[in-house]
Amino acid sequence: MEKKRYNWPATIMLMITTVFILFPLYITIVTAFKTREELSGNLLALPGTWTFDNFIQAIELTGFWGALANSLIITIPTVIVTVLVHSIVGYVIARNLHKKGIKLLYYYIVSAMFVPFSILMLPLVTQTSSWGIDNRYGMILLYLVLNLAFNTFIYVGFVKSIPVELEEAAVMDGASEWKIYWKVIFPLLMPINATVAILTTLGTWNDFMLPLVILGGRRQLATIPLTQYIFESQFSTNYTLAFASYLLAMLPMLIVYIVAQKWVISGVTRGALK
Amino acid sequence: MKRKNSKLAWYVLVPVMTVFFLFHTLPLLQGVFYSFTNFRGYGEWDFVGFRNYLNVFSDSRVRSAYVFTLGFSVLSTILVNIISILIAVGLNAKIKYHKTLRAIYFVPYMLGTLIIGYVFSFIFSRLLPQIGYSLDISWLQFNILGNPNLAWIGIVIVAVWQSAAFNTILYLSGLVTIDPDLYEAADIDGASPSTKFFKITLPLIMPFLTINMVVAMKNFLMVFDQIVALTGGGPGTSTESVSLLIYRGGFQGGEFAYQSANAVIFFIIIAVISLFQIRVLERRQD
Repeated sequence: MEKKRYNWPATIMLMITTVFILFPLYITIVTAFKTREELSGNLLALPGTWTFDNFIQAIELTGFWGALANSLIITIPTVIVTVLVHSIVGYVIARNLHKKGIKLLYYYIVSAMFVPFSILMLPLVTQTSSWGIDNRYGMILLYLVLNLAFNTFIYVGFVKSIPVELEEAAVMDGASEWKIYWKVIFPLLMPINATVAILTTLGTWNDFMLPLVILGGRRQLATIPLTQYIFESQFSTNYTLAFASYLLAMLPMLIVYIVAQKWVISGVTRGALK
Repeated sequence: MKRKNSKLAWYVLVPVMTVFFLFHTLPLLQGVFYSFTNFRGYGEWDFVGFRNYLNVFSDSRVRSAYVFTLGFSVLSTILVNIISILIAVGLNAKIKYHKTLRAIYFVPYMLGTLIIGYVFSFIFSRLLPQIGYSLDISWLQFNILGNPNLAWIGIVIVAVWQSAAFNTILYLSGLVTIDPDLYEAADIDGASPSTKFFKITLPLIMPFLTINMVVAMKNFLMVFDQIVALTGGGPGTSTESVSLLIYRGGFQGGEFAYQSANAVIFFIIIAVISLFQIRVLERRQD
């Protein structure tokens, strides 16, 4: 009886098609652990002996720890400041949306979602370099600006669903607006803060185009994805070395996913429902 | 109350909007401005009126980039949405190992597009030809990325492989909102699975279809990372997307002003397509 409750055809179909997802990951792992000689053999086979030499070489050649540090230096502040600033922007806009000026401002911000990065790219590069912020800190600022439209949209939608009565009660108690926001509103925004934090983390960490145009070929500043691009010509056909580097590049987000999987999926789902 | 609120609004919005203007609106205006000049990215420049726009319209490389980008985007958008709906419907069924399967299907979303592109590049150029030779399948023996007529297939595969994860989650979150009683009622009436899908599931996830189509299409129109990793726009310029062309021409070809004109046109096209999709799909919802 128990078995009948499961939809087995669907389960089996889904299990079979996971091959398409897992196959590239399998290839990445086995190739990263092989010796160069083994690469002339069957590429699907498991490595004869699992060697860590490729990883040691890749870490040294690409300066992996430096790239990891750069990615962290850019991603962590971006995520924190995004949540703190974009949430309060969403709040003040949502609560003043009845005013014509604010409504206009809201449309002005949100319409930026339709602006492709390609049109901003060329002027942004000359502007950041002439203002001396074509570096990791400038990148943080740019991510804050480029994500504002989408996040404002999300936060305004969420704040609208919070009853104003909560704030009015706090006003009666004589609390300042600043205090009301952090003590009353911000805690209520936590679910959506988590969503924004997850999407921002992934978007920033995995981004390639902005580091490419702003940081260019400067290895000392390069993030993890940019490092793979810079070293692509040096990897050339040394696939075992290249794949060790790719696996190292995938690892931080895979670890985050394994640790916080439930949180990540529910966070993205919540964003979808908004 | 209202007056008080606007005070905080001022403190927040004035600095934020100043930064937003300086790093978003200003570059946008500069892009439009320079599109009417002959600026190369450095040095002196003059106004040239609409000359860049006229040249862009008659440039065959630009035209082929648009044809490639639009074709790629339409095909990938359709494929991603079909595949995502199917996976989501499967994951929403009463399946065993539900959490594990859902977790696996979401993995591609965690990984960077560029790195996935490099992995697939190896699969297309080395692994599949090897399998082709050992199993004597002739059409597998060639690296599709090296064929100007087929390289786009590789890019579509990578794009769909990665984007399906996010879209599946979006659809899944729509599917769980559907009342299971509806399916039970349909079962009592003896409805077939396909009837249930087209008469219950699809109409109820239409709002999600709208948003997914618009978001997927917009992201695919700006395709860049996959192409850098897989083909670099080649062979020749057969897989050169609009974003890649603007990047290359603007930074490496000294075509700052010319590619700015191209980018303005691109901006207009993206906006029109997005608005058109929203209109059409929302009308179908009624």
